[in-house]
Amino acid sequence: MIEVLKAFLLGGLICVIGQLLIDLTKLTPARIMVCYVVTGVVLGFFGLYQPLVEWGGAGATVPLTGFGNTLAKGVIKKVNEAGLIGALAGGIEAAAVGITAAIVFGYIMAIISKPKIKS
Amino acid sequence: MAQKLGSQTYLLDQQVYVLAGAAIVGKKEGDGPLARYFDDIIDDEYAGEKTFEAAESRILRDTYFKVLEKSGKAATDINFVLSGDLLNQCTAASYAFRDADVPYFGLFGACSTMSEALILGSLLIDSGAADNVVCAASSHFCSAERQFRFPLEYGSQRTPTSQWTVTGAGTVILGTEGQGPRITCVTPGKILDEGIKDANNMGAAMAPAAADTILAHLKDTGRSCDDYDLILTGDLGSFGSTMLRELLKRNNIDLKDKHNDCGTMIFDLEKQDVVCGGSGCGCSASVFSTYILDQFSQGLLKRILFVATGALLSPTRTQQGESIPGIAHAVCVEA
Repeated sequence: MIEVLKAFLLGGLICVIGQLLIDLTKLTPARIMVCYVVTGVVLGFFGLYQPLVEWGGAGATVPLTGFGNTLAKGVIKKVNEAGLIGALAGGIEAAAVGITAAIVFGYIMAIISKPKIKS
Repeated sequence: MAQKLGSQTYLLDQQVYVLAGAAIVGKKEGDGPLARYFDDIIDDEYAGEKTFEAAESRILRDTYFKVLEKSGKAATDINFVLSGDLLNQCTAASYAFRDADVPYFGLFGACSTMSEALILGSLLIDSGAADNVVCAASSHFCSAERQFRFPLEYGSQRTPTSQWTVTGAGTVILGTEGQGPRITCVTPGKILDEGIKDANNMGAAMAPAAADTILAHLKDTGRSCDDYDLILTGDLGSFGSTMLRELLKRNNIDLKDKHNDCGTMIFDLEKQDVVCGGSGCGCSASVFSTYILDQFSQGLLKRILFVATGALLSPTRTQQGESIPGIAHAVCVEA
């Protein structure tokens, strides 16, 4: 139970930052998302994101910063294994599950649902 | 022939009547304070069609048939249809009148389209080229989101924008014979660009154009605000309206209680959580063609200046760092 609470707190905090960026700045949602991914990559590269993952679990891995962290970790791992070519291959390899899942589930949802105005 | 007054106002020679008007709007507009004036309110944003664009064409076409019915005219009586919307290639209007079998002109004036159509329509009638002209404009929240922001399918978190695109279509029929208020003079507006780059602040982009057209109209005709019961702007919203008052005050024109704005009239700004008001071609078109015509028929209005305002926003040019040109066209309507 305490794990769920920690995930909620950390994930919520990350999302609050995003909401504040939408409300208080002129950044478009697309830019905010790219910032999140890049922030995750940078934090992941310096090993600063992993402690958050260990503390907050899904609260840290599910937001886009977690995706950035996965990319960074994948690149580091692959570079260690295969040399510099790993810089190109490692990120996508590590994130393959997330990317494929996004495409497959996005496709399914596009087929079975119809967009509407939020009521 | 129309007589030119001053720099850009034309006094019509012929009697040009607004014979009838019709409007169909979406659910949110139907929850607003003007609900009882609209001819129909659609609960489903698809209006029974497969896409939002088809839905917009559908409600525009339906208002056309509605206005024919209300005016007692047949489609063969119509010389021209002047219509436009917010979408690329005037998509909604082109497809709305695809099967109408009537000479058609597609207009783009962003949210000023309705007054643009009224000006051109009344000048066509005044020139003797036409007896009956249909002027129509539409917008749809969902098709506008796709065109200018993100498609709804994408599920983007909406930035707290200052305006809400009205889902609705408004259509009027102008004619040489009949009953109804008359269009007596028109002041086409010039494009003004004060360098506003924020697409979420279109009221500020349009207010200078509205002020410029109103000033030109008053100067050309030698009138003051007191000569009007109402100066009705298109969709400046609450912020743009304040800015308009300020701009006119600098030119020693006091709007007093004469001003109202279609964008703030169509929604209850507080209850309906619409920050600054409604926008879109369908906003001023639906308010003018129903509520305003009703006020004339009740004798509550004698003379108004209808100034629909448009932000000639291009998503491509905005992304390239360009500012937003504004325009406003004024139409004087008298009982």
